[in-house]
Amino acid sequence: MSDRTASNAPPSGGADFRDVATAHTPFRTGRLVLWLVIILVVADFAWIVANNENFGWPVVAHYFFDPVVMSGLTVSLGLTVVGMLLGIAFGLIIAIARMSNDRLARSFASLFIWFFRGTPLLVQLIFWYNMSTLFPQLSIAIPFGPTLVSWETNSVITPMTAAIVGLALNEAAYMAEIIRGGLLSVDRGQSETAEAFGMTRARALWRIIIPQAMRSIVPPTGNQLISMIKATSLVSVIAMADLLYSVQSIYNRTFEIIPMLLVAVIWYLMITTVLNIGQSYIEAYYGRSDRRNATVAKPAAVTEEASH
Amino acid sequence: MTTANSQTPLVEARNVHKSFDQLEVLKGIDLDVMPGEVVVILGPSGSGKSTFLRCINHLEAIQKGYIQVDGEQIGYALRKGRLEKLSANGIARQRRKIGMVFQQFNLYPHMTVLQNIIEAPIGIHGESRQEAIANAMRLLERVGLSEKAQSYPRQLSGGQQQRVAIARALAIRPKLMLFDEPTSALDPELVGEVLATMRDLARQGLTMIVVTHEIGFAREAADRVIFMDGGHIVEMGKPEDVIGNPQHPRTQAFLSRFL
Repeated sequence: MSDRTASNAPPSGGADFRDVATAHTPFRTGRLVLWLVIILVVADFAWIVANNENFGWPVVAHYFFDPVVMSGLTVSLGLTVVGMLLGIAFGLIIAIARMSNDRLARSFASLFIWFFRGTPLLVQLIFWYNMSTLFPQLSIAIPFGPTLVSWETNSVITPMTAAIVGLALNEAAYMAEIIRGGLLSVDRGQSETAEAFGMTRARALWRIIIPQAMRSIVPPTGNQLISMIKATSLVSVIAMADLLYSVQSIYNRTFEIIPMLLVAVIWYLMITTVLNIGQSYIEAYYGRSDRRNATVAKPAAVTEEASH
Repeated sequence: MTTANSQTPLVEARNVHKSFDQLEVLKGIDLDVMPGEVVVILGPSGSGKSTFLRCINHLEAIQKGYIQVDGEQIGYALRKGRLEKLSANGIARQRRKIGMVFQQFNLYPHMTVLQNIIEAPIGIHGESRQEAIANAMRLLERVGLSEKAQSYPRQLSGGQQQRVAIARALAIRPKLMLFDEPTSALDPELVGEVLATMRDLARQGLTMIVVTHEIGFAREAADRVIFMDGGHIVEMGKPEDVIGNPQHPRTQAFLSRFL
């Protein structure tokens, strides 16, 4: 009853008081206090870390751009890029095979995913590296027939190729499932329409399905890329001089373990930060048709995108 | 039958049977559609009318009988006296002269209106970009949406999306247009604009097969109305006969709901 009186007969000023344009947000004291406390705690923690001599910040600074660290960084980045690109390309093929009507392709894809997801990456890397103990010779031959060409396994499988093959195949198995999920997320009507217009399957996939699937493929792929960077640190077990291996080689000499690990940690964090930024740009690109005012906001960009 | 003359039919369906697992949806459909004819298929839900339409461009494979469009048997080819299933690419080639408009519009959401329309002409029919854009703009003008060329489908109303879908289907210069319940997903006040566009096409002599619930459209625009029920063609003839004076009790029962 009192509610009703209040809404029907506002205090002097009438309707002007109810106009939401005049509304303001009340000052929240509790929130301000919480912010102050948190800032204080964080600042204190940062101060403690910065002034703790055990962290060895001068050592970190000294070795941060050390040539050995730099070359390790290059190897890590290179392995990530190559492994990821091969993983995505091969993963796409596996995903398509897994979804095809052909039973042979489907079984092969399932078997591939089952094996490479089901065994530890570390073990796979060691297997690839030790390939020569299993197969001393690699040959191209007719099954049960004569051998055509043959190589020494050790000349083909260097630490570098073992690392690339191991990372790429493992990544392909995960990417295949991510890509398959993305392709399945596209409305069935889209591929049907492409079919009705006489598009070949390949063209429908490339022009219609994949661009729409990208929206759900990109975020988990960003995840994969970041775990890939860290997974490259596993290749140190097969004597690849990646970022982790190179800082280890330094602290094995100087015994400055924590500072050297900090060098690696800071580099890993910087790379993932850059990747996160890149990912948000890619997501914005594939979400462009979702922005209701896209044409109003950026008419020039839209016309440009219209080009085939 | 009503239009039997010396011309050869553009679409020829004979004894078409189609089942989904145990369920027989089409139980022997025979139909000839002459060039320039507008055929409207009416019938209750589940009568098989949409399935039949989708068989014409082989979105659904039939199990018995045959369908021929423009002299080519859809989905199959005769080689050395034996009937062979066509490859996916062979079927894709056959579909290129058949335009289709869907109930849910199915515009490509990641492309602008213009990109939607020029996709098939450039990518499949090998038109030059300039030619395809000029033609697309003509078609957009025809459906009254010239100013929407750079919009994305999501920014359009349902009626506008369906008119774009019609323009997209026309852009491949089809010999035959299939409409699968083109107004069923629209708000009532948007149905009119789509039907007006379709009436316009019918007047211009495009061969059309339309599955719809719009009795008014059938009466005004159709050369021939077909009433389907339970996988059979129950009644077929001029709109004034089938709609104005239905003979079969199923047709009478169906139409009585619209009066």
